[in-house]
Amino acid sequence: MAKSLAQEFTKGLWEEIPPFRLVLGLCPVLGVTTSMKNGIGMGLATTFVLICSNILVSLLKGIIPTKVRIACFIIIIATFVIVVEQVMQAYVYGLFIDLGMFIPLIVVNCIVLGRAEAFASKNNVIYSMADGLGIGIGFTLALAALGGLREIFGKGTLTVWGDMAYTLFPASYEPFNFMVQAPGAFVCLGLMLCIMNLFD
Amino acid sequence: MGDYIVLIISCVFVNNILLAQFLGNCPFLGTSKKMETALGMSMAVIFVMVLAGGITWSVYHMLLVKYNLQYLTTIAFIVIIASLVQFVEMFLKKSMPALYAGLGIFLPLITTNCAVFGACLINIGEEYTFMQSLVTSFGFAAGFGLALILFAGVREKIILARVPKALQDTSIGLITAGIMSLSFFAFKGMV
Repeated sequence: MAKSLAQEFTKGLWEEIPPFRLVLGLCPVLGVTTSMKNGIGMGLATTFVLICSNILVSLLKGIIPTKVRIACFIIIIATFVIVVEQVMQAYVYGLFIDLGMFIPLIVVNCIVLGRAEAFASKNNVIYSMADGLGIGIGFTLALAALGGLREIFGKGTLTVWGDMAYTLFPASYEPFNFMVQAPGAFVCLGLMLCIMNLFD
Repeated sequence: MGDYIVLIISCVFVNNILLAQFLGNCPFLGTSKKMETALGMSMAVIFVMVLAGGITWSVYHMLLVKYNLQYLTTIAFIVIIASLVQFVEMFLKKSMPALYAGLGIFLPLITTNCAVFGACLINIGEEYTFMQSLVTSFGFAAGFGLALILFAGVREKIILARVPKALQDTSIGLITAGIMSLSFFAFKGMV
């Protein structure tokens, strides 16, 4: 366990990048990535919850009895999810509506609970924070990539944030609807996983 | 009565919780490698989801709305589901050891199954009545079970096939799920 702080951070970006290497938290990955914007928004919301819950779990690890730890972790996570929900409702209402049910569902995202259980409950605060940040950014990148890919082929546009939208194909391009619908999400993620496996 | 049948069909086939709403995908990929585990998981989900649907509906409408506490929905629901799962586990262990042995490890896993939590949120979002939310919860759970069992059947055959190295395991699983989802799309015009 003699990893440096930088290593704890960077492992989330490639070695253990969440939806690919740790096959966890697939529901938001598949559900919200109909555009890059939604992917980034979801990723950032999850990152916030991940960092905060990692910090708090690591601070309280001596106090929480091992027998009821899962329940305690879930309540800590739920608290931060409510914070995210309220803040998003106040400042980015449009995005909040787009992501809909998937914001409260961060509570049951296995990545957040998984990191609390596997990392934060065994390591100190600084390391847990680095771990949360790394995994969170990795998750955001993966969601953005999948969202971007599906949006480019499915709609012919790319929206990065808010109104920053680009039309990438000429008007004659017939959108490949399959990509933004449910089956496209599964196939796209499967193929991305396959490409990542090729690089090992 | 007819309304309820339409509701069940729409939940099982048209709005299948796994393949159209993307909820509960972690257990979908995690427990579908063997038929036995898929069956156990489906049974446990049906059992807990119907109970959770009824209880969360009551708590939301009788407590949270009454005292204007809707912003606590997330934490209230997850606490209800977690304690319900714990309670069901203890109850089964005492009174029905055979069923408990069958469901065993799958019960605790349900706490973090987003299908259960998601179904409860859908019931609230769509403003269903108590009976309707029980029926939709059952429909979603049955749809979950159906998709999981079908997928497990396909996956048991995939093990025998020669899959390219890069596509192995989860990758081919996801693509298979995509094709299954495509076939469920055919139900779209039904309801």
